[in-house]
Amino acid sequence: MLRTAEGIGRGVVRGAEEVGFACALLLESLLWAVFGPARRQPVRLSAVSTQMMQIGVQALPIATVLAATIGLMLAIQSLYSLGLFGAESFATVGIALSVVREFAPLIIAILVAGRSGSALAARFSTMMINQEVDALRVIGISPVRFLVAPALLAMMVMVPCLTMWAIIVALSAAGLLVTAALGISMGAYLADVIAALSVNDLAHGLGKSVLFAALVALVSAVNGALADGGAEGVGRRTTRAVVHSIAAIIVVDMIFAFVVTSG
Amino acid sequence: MAAVAQNASPHPVPQDPVIRVEALQAHYGARQVLYDIDLAVAPGEIMVIMGGSGSGKSTLLRHLVGLSRPTAGQIDLLGLDITRARATEMQRLRRKIGVAFQGGALFSSMNVLDNIMLPLREHTRLDRKTMEIMARLKLEVVSLAGAEALMPSELSGGMLKRAAVARAIVMDPALLFFDEPSAGLDPVVSSALDDLILKLREAMNMTIVVVTHELESAFKIADRITVLDQGRILLVDDVAGVRRSDNARIQNLLNRRADDAEVDAESYLRRLTGTPENAMATTDEDAGAS
Repeated sequence: MLRTAEGIGRGVVRGAEEVGFACALLLESLLWAVFGPARRQPVRLSAVSTQMMQIGVQALPIATVLAATIGLMLAIQSLYSLGLFGAESFATVGIALSVVREFAPLIIAILVAGRSGSALAARFSTMMINQEVDALRVIGISPVRFLVAPALLAMMVMVPCLTMWAIIVALSAAGLLVTAALGISMGAYLADVIAALSVNDLAHGLGKSVLFAALVALVSAVNGALADGGAEGVGRRTTRAVVHSIAAIIVVDMIFAFVVTSG
Repeated sequence: MAAVAQNASPHPVPQDPVIRVEALQAHYGARQVLYDIDLAVAPGEIMVIMGGSGSGKSTLLRHLVGLSRPTAGQIDLLGLDITRARATEMQRLRRKIGVAFQGGALFSSMNVLDNIMLPLREHTRLDRKTMEIMARLKLEVVSLAGAEALMPSELSGGMLKRAAVARAIVMDPALLFFDEPSAGLDPVVSSALDDLILKLREAMNMTIVVVTHELESAFKIADRITVLDQGRILLVDDVAGVRRSDNARIQNLLNRRADDAEVDAESYLRRLTGTPENAMATTDEDAGAS
């Protein structure tokens, strides 16, 4: 019993330490981004653009497939469930709000956590174990500026962009089914979608995606920085980074929705 | 300058050392790994830090290059106490220090030339062409000309270490640190790397600190050797002095003999049963009372 309590206590302390570490990384990354150029130690744009390519552009095909699938799935479910009450005509509103406020940001965040978060965690872990991070420090280069800040900035730009793309694709894919089922034109469907959405809905979805992006980058960086134990350690930290990122995304999604909608 | 500590050093200690360590202590968690280390290295000297596995030599190196913070004590590099230095002071000092890591620690996403140019890109305002020329010069010094475009994964063990040396010397540092330069290399490549270290000192008048457990290499390059054992300095002396030392542990190290295991029946029993030290004492007292 005592050992269980001790284990829980240790886990809580370790978790709190990691959250603190993540906050410190976030703050330091932002400070480097703002004040780095004045100190002649800028966050290199070439590193940011490379990361943006990997995180955003190269994820476009899979993001498109996922978004289209989600759009179609939502259309099928909405038409079926609303059809039970003879309210299929309201499907457009439901689909539009669900995609923009919830599904697009969530699916893209999970995709980025699995695809880019794991790659970041594996890269940082390997660099830790191969003493590349030590090498940066002895050269006089802040590993946060050189490694974490570019990834964080690229994520915070590209994840909302991917989310916006996913919204467009998902709504278009849903439109194919809805127009056929309701016998309306694509133009009428899109007019309904636009009428159903407000700027707030879009800000809700995109705002969330920025938060998710920061979460994925920071969780991956923290796990990478704490890596030890050779190749096995890299694998363990990579798995942990993906699991923790997805868990954090879902919890933060719930908190975000609660805070924003209750206001 | 304050008097240099003379602990464990029968050999004359330099008057104006470029590296001065005083009463250094280090811990990993609750476990102490370095005990009151005193060390001084003269300008242009090659100091080899030698010891068996777990002796604390790599930990000492991490502290010397500012990668770890000591629990107590002072480390002066080129007159700057790095245990108390500000970030800007450390940043200036970093330009005068080069470190060649055991595995090379080249950045795997960059080719050899970009790896070597990185310190120049970060610390100078030179144009790319000039930086390339400087990096190629260093590649010539380490006999690695023509390897500019290769990625680290395409290099052999010896080439990796040479490229790491080229990166370490690209800023013409005053202090150069090597972590196990011979580890994992065949004797021929290892000997060539020793020659390179001697050449660097001669050509660039660097002060060089080498951490190694390779006796042959240590005896070939060292002006003085610091022998570490279980986190403590056993001896600081020149090669001849180390060879003729009558310290049993040093002789074991020189003759590649394993130390005799400490025979302590009580601690042996404790280890087997997994009993903490004080618990054993309590049990004994209880038995006596009854």
